[in-house]
Amino acid sequence: MIAVDLKSETDFASWRTRARSLLAADIQPGMIAWRTNPADRDLFGEQPSPLPERDIKVRVPRQFLTLAERAACHRDDERFARLYRLLYRLHHRDCALSDKSDPDIIWLEKRDKAVRRDIHKMHAFVRFRASGVSEFGREQFGAWFEPDNYIEELAVPFFVRRFPNMDWLIVTPRRTARYVDGELTYTDGGARDQLPAEDAVEDQWRTYFASIFNPARLKTKAMTAEMPKRYWKNLPEAQLIPSLIASSTTRAREMQAAAPQPANPRAATIMRQRELTAPQAEPLNTLAAVNAAARTCTRCDLCRHASQTVLGEGPQSARLMIVGEQPGDQEDIAGRPFIGPAGKLLDQSLAHSGIERSTTYLTNAVKHFKFTPRGKRRIHSKPNAGEINQCRWWLNLEREFVQPEIILAMGATALRGVLGRAGRLTDYRGQTLEIAKGVTLLTTVHPAYLLRLPDADRREQELARFRADLAQTAMLLEERTRASG
Amino acid sequence: MASRTLIQKLAVLADAAKYDASCASSGTQKRNSLGKDGVGSTEGMGICHAYAPDGRCISLLKILLTNFCIFDCRYCINRSSSNVERARFTVEEVVSLTLDFYKRNYIEGLFLSSGIIRSPDYTMEQLVEVARRLRIDHNYRGYIHLKTIAEADPLLIEKAGRYADRLSVNIELPTETSLTQYAPEKSGPTIRKAMADVRSNIETTTEKAPDRGKPPPRPPRFAPGGQSTQMIVGADASIDRDILSTSARLYSSYKLRRVYYSAYSPIPDASSDLPPVRPPLQREHRLYQADWMMRFYGYEHAEIAGADTGGMLDLDIDPKLAWSLRNRAYFPVDVNRASKEQLLRVPGFGPGTVKKILSSRRHARLRLDHLSRISRSISKSLPFITAADWTPGALTDSDRLRARYTPEPEQMSLFA
Repeated sequence: MIAVDLKSETDFASWRTRARSLLAADIQPGMIAWRTNPADRDLFGEQPSPLPERDIKVRVPRQFLTLAERAACHRDDERFARLYRLLYRLHHRDCALSDKSDPDIIWLEKRDKAVRRDIHKMHAFVRFRASGVSEFGREQFGAWFEPDNYIEELAVPFFVRRFPNMDWLIVTPRRTARYVDGELTYTDGGARDQLPAEDAVEDQWRTYFASIFNPARLKTKAMTAEMPKRYWKNLPEAQLIPSLIASSTTRAREMQAAAPQPANPRAATIMRQRELTAPQAEPLNTLAAVNAAARTCTRCDLCRHASQTVLGEGPQSARLMIVGEQPGDQEDIAGRPFIGPAGKLLDQSLAHSGIERSTTYLTNAVKHFKFTPRGKRRIHSKPNAGEINQCRWWLNLEREFVQPEIILAMGATALRGVLGRAGRLTDYRGQTLEIAKGVTLLTTVHPAYLLRLPDADRREQELARFRADLAQTAMLLEERTRASG
Repeated sequence: MASRTLIQKLAVLADAAKYDASCASSGTQKRNSLGKDGVGSTEGMGICHAYAPDGRCISLLKILLTNFCIFDCRYCINRSSSNVERARFTVEEVVSLTLDFYKRNYIEGLFLSSGIIRSPDYTMEQLVEVARRLRIDHNYRGYIHLKTIAEADPLLIEKAGRYADRLSVNIELPTETSLTQYAPEKSGPTIRKAMADVRSNIETTTEKAPDRGKPPPRPPRFAPGGQSTQMIVGADASIDRDILSTSARLYSSYKLRRVYYSAYSPIPDASSDLPPVRPPLQREHRLYQADWMMRFYGYEHAEIAGADTGGMLDLDIDPKLAWSLRNRAYFPVDVNRASKEQLLRVPGFGPGTVKKILSSRRHARLRLDHLSRISRSISKSLPFITAADWTPGALTDSDRLRARYTPEPEQMSLFA
């Protein structure tokens, strides 16, 4: 047996250098006694064995060191021996960190997890009591805590990051962490009676704890799984737990048994006031009034799931109205038409054809987004004939107020919305059609169709056709201008 | 009315806040107070500082600014027609309570909500003012969750998001019909519009800088902890399928971090429209499991609550097991070959176990003894997997398979 001494229970640094030398000398894992406290030395009466002075390139993943350093803080007496065994096996390629079925790896991950949990619980359950104000005006606090493992040095820096402008003391049976004027020092452990015995704010905290508890849903197991009883003695609120549990059944039963009381008279007063101040529906005699009314439209079921009605956009004096299918994900969120990918493509193509978006009225045949959820995304679904027909009410009102000379319908849905009946896109595309007095209809595809084409060559061709349709529209617009000018 | 002490107000306004299930303090940006004035830090992981006997974590000081309310939502303890005791905090009282609790390490931060007084805008302004004072006047860097009042001006939502880590607008009830019936002053479109505004603000402030040239000055972060919502379960007649499809739509539409399900619970002075019943806690639990299946296991909402159960989740077995029993043809799955997606559908395997299986099978053909070390509940998985030394044979298709997982029917008590 080789006896190796470490300076303390958590002296990972020495373990690391010793383990390296032992590995260099190819000392088998079972041959070493790791001693962390002076009493062990007396017990065995042995001198530490001189270590061989050889060095070696240790081949272990960096992640092992991170895990090992935390596992070394576990109260498991075997930890340094098991860590050496792991180091030995990893170095000799006898196991791998990624083999989660290896008993040594399982041990390591379990210890690491227990230590991390213990640190987390210390962050959660330390309760400071105020003790005064320092001569530099810093508030002073103190806390007593009893962790399960040797974690003080790992857990305390969290409090420095969180409370750097307070002075505080955290005392455990093993360590005292003192943070004064921005300086952290550790000394030996202490006793609970070194710390302030009370703090008036604890009464407020207990009141909060008791009031936030819902007696109608008692689940003590869920509580003790996360806040085991061994922590209770240092938690000021925990002393209330037995009485809260004891009274919960009666309290819940009383709530259920209570007969409904007459309504608070204040409710009726509020109701009357609301009725008096409720906005009256305006007659639909301006585009603004139409838009306001459309916001609360429930003519079809699409309003049940969409975020908002997406209205048309553009000057009322526009001579060109472009009609699309329906808003998409981004339009639904922003409440504006043609701002998503298809809108961007439309913008580029309009610019290419010399049509100003700012003088055009852009709208959709259907004003609500229809979709099916797929994980984190929404997949567009095609509006049906009923939905298009219902929404035609709004489209017709828009046409009435804008009075466009030319309407460009993009896609079959738009065509149906404008015509009021189904029409095949291929029958109408490239045609100019007088659909009402002084109103000409042109038809093209929806830009979203172009975006969906998988084949790049095909997409190029179709994009060119789309642009040609827009150019035809621009030309017609210009002809009309000349004719009227 | 005699003026109440702070502690009396706290009792009323914490009691009024307890029906909001969320207490999360995780997932926001990392920050601390080193080298700066003020107090507080957030480190990614949330911390639950205490647990109440209802099993719920206490991470935040969860209170209402006031429980006076001009709305009359039938399920709510604070509805205008209720006779509960009312109280109102001043902005300063909330600020100092938060700081006092925070400095004693009782909490990760504040979750502030409110009944609606005067008008939605007035109320929202007050909530924003609490957050502003904490952040600006006190350099407070702890967590802040603000309840967003859907009816308030979008500009106030924008302001709220500058100070808060998380914003939440409650959807309250799963369907439009229920909302009209039980929360007459609220409306689905208003709620969804507010959620859309939050998403839109989050996305505009986190848009990536252009590839070339200097990045533009970064806009202040908006609600870095995202948004969440809450749905009350069991107050109306909605079935689980409706609830899950509403959740699926909300997740896909507004990039919510979480949908919280809150079993409708008896409240003092309940409305006669909603007589107090025992809260459906098991149903709530199953809905959370189903929600997890959608978010972490790759299930579509339509797969989960089956038509054969009337669109309700089975209360006796978990919804993933229920799916597996309905879809036996999918199994057995070979642990040594199956994809991650397939493994995630095996009862008893969670994302952690699946990751370990994928990692370990590079070293050896996995046998049952490997698996029993990797998974704590391997016996639950056995009928649904094959391993190097295991095949379930006829077990997968056995008529009695469901019985393996359901508790024995309770014996009638002799003394009942």
